[in-house]
Amino acid sequence: MSNRYSSEQLKWIYEKLTLIREFEERIYRDYLNNKLPGFVHLYAGEEAVAVGVCALLRKSDYITSTHRGHGHCIAKGVDPKHMMAELYGKATGTCKGKGGSMHIADIDCGMLGANGIVVAGLPLACGAALSAKVRKTDQVAAAFFGDGSSNSGAFHESLNFAAVLKLPVIFVLENNGYADATPIRYAAAIENLSERARGYGIPGVTVDGMDVFSVMEATEEAVARARNGNGPSLVECKTYRYYGHFVGDAGLYRSKEEVEEKKKEDCILRYEKRVLAEKWLSQQELREIQRQSLESIEEAVRFAEDGPDPELKECLEDVYVSY
Amino acid sequence: MKSERILTYREALNEGLRLAMREDPRVILLGEDLAGGAGGTPSQVDAWGGAFGVTKGLIQEFGPERVIDTPISEMAFIGAAVGAAMTGLRPVADLMYVSFVGVCLDQIMNQAAKLRYMSGGKIRIPLTIRASIGAGMSAAAQHSDCIYSLFVHIPGLKVVAPATPYDAKGLLYASIKDEDPVIFIENKTLFNSKGPVPEGSYTVPLGKAQVKRQGKDITIVAISRMVLEALKATDDLAVSGYSAEVIDVLSLSPLDMETILASVRKTGRLIIVDEDYPKCSVASEIAAIVSAQAFDYLDHPVQRVVPPHAHVPFNPALEQYYLPNSDKIVECALGMVTSQPSS
Repeated sequence: MSNRYSSEQLKWIYEKLTLIREFEERIYRDYLNNKLPGFVHLYAGEEAVAVGVCALLRKSDYITSTHRGHGHCIAKGVDPKHMMAELYGKATGTCKGKGGSMHIADIDCGMLGANGIVVAGLPLACGAALSAKVRKTDQVAAAFFGDGSSNSGAFHESLNFAAVLKLPVIFVLENNGYADATPIRYAAAIENLSERARGYGIPGVTVDGMDVFSVMEATEEAVARARNGNGPSLVECKTYRYYGHFVGDAGLYRSKEEVEEKKKEDCILRYEKRVLAEKWLSQQELREIQRQSLESIEEAVRFAEDGPDPELKECLEDVYVSY
Repeated sequence: MKSERILTYREALNEGLRLAMREDPRVILLGEDLAGGAGGTPSQVDAWGGAFGVTKGLIQEFGPERVIDTPISEMAFIGAAVGAAMTGLRPVADLMYVSFVGVCLDQIMNQAAKLRYMSGGKIRIPLTIRASIGAGMSAAAQHSDCIYSLFVHIPGLKVVAPATPYDAKGLLYASIKDEDPVIFIENKTLFNSKGPVPEGSYTVPLGKAQVKRQGKDITIVAISRMVLEALKATDDLAVSGYSAEVIDVLSLSPLDMETILASVRKTGRLIIVDEDYPKCSVASEIAAIVSAQAFDYLDHPVQRVVPPHAHVPFNPALEQYYLPNSDKIVECALGMVTSQPSS
């Protein structure tokens, strides 16, 4: 394959992949050391999907996300410093400490929020796409959701709704094989969930979600379709999460061997192999980016630790614009 | 003398929507059968104009881009209304029957109500959701709910319920202009009711109750169609020599307790008439607040004239037995004004 991607784009991709991986790995350790309140749901292993999709989106495009949203946030351009502060519940967090891990949102980046309710992001993304259509901009909306969500009612409603109104939506199904503790091979009667697209009259494709380039190729087509007014698409990315549903989940529903096998397909290792083999980037360039990512996360943790707690009166603020 | 312009409640709502849509291109309508006949021939489009005819004629002026008929998918279109409100539009979504909230409660309770707070104030959701309530038409239990107390209960939502055509138009216009999610409650039994409605745009503000009739012996606070029952009761009480003050709550959340408390301080007696289910109702909420803030002014315990803890029956006689009405209000009021004041 000829190099259709610029050096800048390829570096951006590696930066985002390593930032997400470092962010998640760091949280894993800090959470187990009791530094973070609440729960965290880690994206480590799935980076190629968030990065591959967001590589094709503009800042003004919209995304909606899930409870497992750190990867989507970073890929869309949300500042990891403020994200980390949000996880610590600090006033300097993306949401002033009032949302936490599952609800990080940054409207300026088009990030309409991680969401604690399964499949809730899909109707919201349809709305953002509808808004773009009514306002006659060529913005698009990408909805990230999991294999478990695709069994839930609002998935089916949203696909039909977007199809009927020809909304500029890209439905990105991150099939990591498990919904909480239940494998998708039990919870769905079909193998490739993208087949469901046909039932709604929209194009659907299944790709290797552990390969950034495969994700990018499918997304490029879906984004073009949406931007040209030709409606929605379903892109199923088969991927894998290295950690449990949440940190603390022993993961007894899958074998350690399975996890180790999947790590051999790691998206970052594959990306490195590819760009080096094609001589698109050098070993030195990769190492430099990785070093910078590590430093960014270190800085993010310091920023979070040093940040103030929100004042008590914040509890009462932002329920309404005015009341 | 210039004669007043009389419109039905339905026409008043239609006018409120039309004016709002003319003034602001960001206002769009979403819902089932808002036009009807979607995708059909010109003579088929706008076959209904809404299940109750409220949106008739709007698609001709604003087109299918802004008057959007949706498939039967409340989760999708209410959720889309939230998403569109987050991204620059001012949608008015039609839930049709408030009972259908059962199908899309997440989109209202966990998304519309909470996203602003959880995002630390970055997200703004200027959404209006219209829903019809009310028993009295033999529509039976699943199509006669009020359940607005459910929405009042949830922080992040505003709730309004007009009883007259004048209030319907002004309150709808104000709700669309409001920056927060507003649940706009229309009583289905009032669509044909008539009243004076000025031309042009005007607002009936959220957060203000209205004294619809002045009096000094007893305060009757009422919601939606119960305001009309309260006014009828007031006429009957006047015959018996008692003067009742009727307060139309109008805005259930935010609730104007100032107006209610001022009246209670004057009369010393309070009846709250509420068609919603009795347990944890808005009537209960008002009673609790009055008890806490005007205890010394009360000459009689606060009374609620409300349905029983049961469902709306289909049989018309049973339905009338179920509903609060002016006779029940009069009976309750007479029991309160003739008892000795507590001192």
